[in-house]
Amino acid sequence: MFKRIIVLLAGVWLCAVPAAAQQQPEVAVIRAAVLRVDDPGLPPISRLDLPPEDLAFAGARLAIEDNDTTGRFMNQDFEAEEIATDPGSAGAELDRLIEDGIQFIVVLADDATTLALADQAGDRAMILNAMARGDNLRGTDCRFNTIHVAPSNAMLADALAQFLMWKNWPRWFLIEGSHPADTALADAYRRAATKFGARIVEDRVYEDTGGARRTDSGHVQVQKQMPVFTQRAEDHDVVVAADEADVFASYLPYQVWDPRPVTGSAGLVPRSWHPAMEAWGASQFQNRFEELANRPIREPDYQTWLALRMIGEAATRTQSADPQTLREFMLSEQFEVAGFKGQKLTLRDWDHQVRQPILLTTGKLTASVSPQEQFLHQISQLDTLGIDRPETECKFREAT
Amino acid sequence: MKHLLTLTLCLAAAPALANRVFVSNEKGNDVTVLDSETLEVIGTYPVGNRPRGITISPDGSELYVCASDDNLVRVFDPETMEEMHTLPSGPDPELFVLHPSGNPLYVANEDDNLVTVVDTKTHEVLAEIPVGVEPEGMGVSPDGQVVINTSETTNMAHFIDSDSFEIVANVLVDSRPRFAEYNHDGSKLYVSSEIGGTVSVIDPSTQQIAHKIEFEIPGVLPEAIQPVGVRVTSDGKKVFVALGPANRVAVIDGETDEVRDYLLVGQRVWQMAFTPDERYLFTTNGNSNDVSVIDVAEEEVVKSIPVGQQPWGVVVAPD
Repeated sequence: MFKRIIVLLAGVWLCAVPAAAQQQPEVAVIRAAVLRVDDPGLPPISRLDLPPEDLAFAGARLAIEDNDTTGRFMNQDFEAEEIATDPGSAGAELDRLIEDGIQFIVVLADDATTLALADQAGDRAMILNAMARGDNLRGTDCRFNTIHVAPSNAMLADALAQFLMWKNWPRWFLIEGSHPADTALADAYRRAATKFGARIVEDRVYEDTGGARRTDSGHVQVQKQMPVFTQRAEDHDVVVAADEADVFASYLPYQVWDPRPVTGSAGLVPRSWHPAMEAWGASQFQNRFEELANRPIREPDYQTWLALRMIGEAATRTQSADPQTLREFMLSEQFEVAGFKGQKLTLRDWDHQVRQPILLTTGKLTASVSPQEQFLHQISQLDTLGIDRPETECKFREAT
Repeated sequence: MKHLLTLTLCLAAAPALANRVFVSNEKGNDVTVLDSETLEVIGTYPVGNRPRGITISPDGSELYVCASDDNLVRVFDPETMEEMHTLPSGPDPELFVLHPSGNPLYVANEDDNLVTVVDTKTHEVLAEIPVGVEPEGMGVSPDGQVVINTSETTNMAHFIDSDSFEIVANVLVDSRPRFAEYNHDGSKLYVSSEIGGTVSVIDPSTQQIAHKIEFEIPGVLPEAIQPVGVRVTSDGKKVFVALGPANRVAVIDGETDEVRDYLLVGQRVWQMAFTPDERYLFTTNGNSNDVSVIDVAEEEVVKSIPVGQQPWGVVVAPD
């Protein structure tokens, strides 16, 4: 009891008299929203990948806790409204949020929806893309009002390519799905192969014909289909799967005709985050997340956490709650944020992509982290991943 | 051979006492004990789960180890390495600092955004002080009046009054502050920022950053320069900063705050401790599983000693 009183008193005191602003005990509120647009498509091929109800929102809650803890010392209070919606209602929800005065909106949606929402928001709000990986969103379809917290396909492909080249596995058997998103990802691998000197010795498309994808856990048909599908490929060192639609890649390991490792959408997978990550203080982050959410973290949680932490970091550094001030600071050269990845994360001014290391993960572990140290860069080694300044196709229209 | 001879001469010249050096091995769940004179391993002893912060009472009678995953501080007899008792520490204790008198102990609870104050005699919790996100670094002023905590995600050094347990000032520093260390007369406070890549030199009287030390090592990527542990010689003239995955310890002039040299040590160097005579500085190298021994006067690495899995903290017994 006594102990609790001390804690309480200390807490009250902190709120009342932060040394930074003794004259103004008024608390400034910084508002944001997390807009998750759920795809009503088929379930994932592994039931382990079924999305939890609080996907992304749990990451948001941790970020708000983190921001508020710091905010106590700065007289700042952070809020994030959580909206789960579908593609049909996303636009209306966005308008409602903006009309309600929210100017920072973390969006978790597919490429097309993310772009549509960014256009709809215009200069009324800043979009923080925490899911869509399309390279077009950072290229020909880039928008000044959008910050890409999620890594791009090009970054993920380059991260894997660097590792495969370090392993001296330059001959790739690329297997891509038949959905447009699969093609976009496969394009990123084709680009990465050219960039780092790998050769795609065989390129096959796995047609999604529908059918018995989860029947009998998939193994009855798969055991016959996958070896047949992959036989008589040119000599290759490694299989690279591009399966954004989650149709076939997870069935490839151990079933391919030639005994070769599987990478890309299954096997060794490039990701922004992984629940087994322990280095660089990540253990503490995982502990805090799991205590709050009662489940291991997923990439959308991490990306949403990072998006909201960026807003919090901007508010701390500028000591401001003014959305325009925060927005300008986030887009400035001074901006940097820590994300448990062993180095500061910054923003590319040419396409508003967050620079970040990419984890190469197996089911249970982080096997490696790219950039690999042998790949050098004159400005930032992180710019060996993804689209660099000289090659960008992004031309921001007049700053909004 | 010549080198060996020099070493022998030095050893003969200084009639220093051998001190025990205690290294916590985060992944090994044990402590490796070294002899500061022979620089040999004396033994390895289990100390509980995920040992990180480690310190010793001023009289050398009690060794304190943060057993992070046991959520307590374990206290050992430094001679026998038998566990004497435990102290309540609050959840996930990472790093701590003893008041110069030996009591109380100020513990950073990394998962719970608290600093817990524990009486080392009565074993009671005296206070829990809410601080920023992921508290880690703990320092104390030479007069024991001010305790410093750094919070890694809030990016602040919190100044805590050791009488009232209240925060009296917050100083915003660069990303991920890991460690806080006063110089001998309390005129400077050094706070390292791991991700920011800098050491802030704070004037404790004004609580303002007087200077920021930056690092640049030819052939080492700027991102790999991640300052963590800081130690200052008792005359205040030399400051050593462990630079993490840069695998270097920076030597800094304590008067001008200029970097003078970088010493190559083992991989991912984090924490450091002097021998009482300040002849040697020991560094923990978490990725190469060894300890580097730096000759403080010569500013040279004289030996590396293999220890346990992922060495984290180090403390040397007093004379």
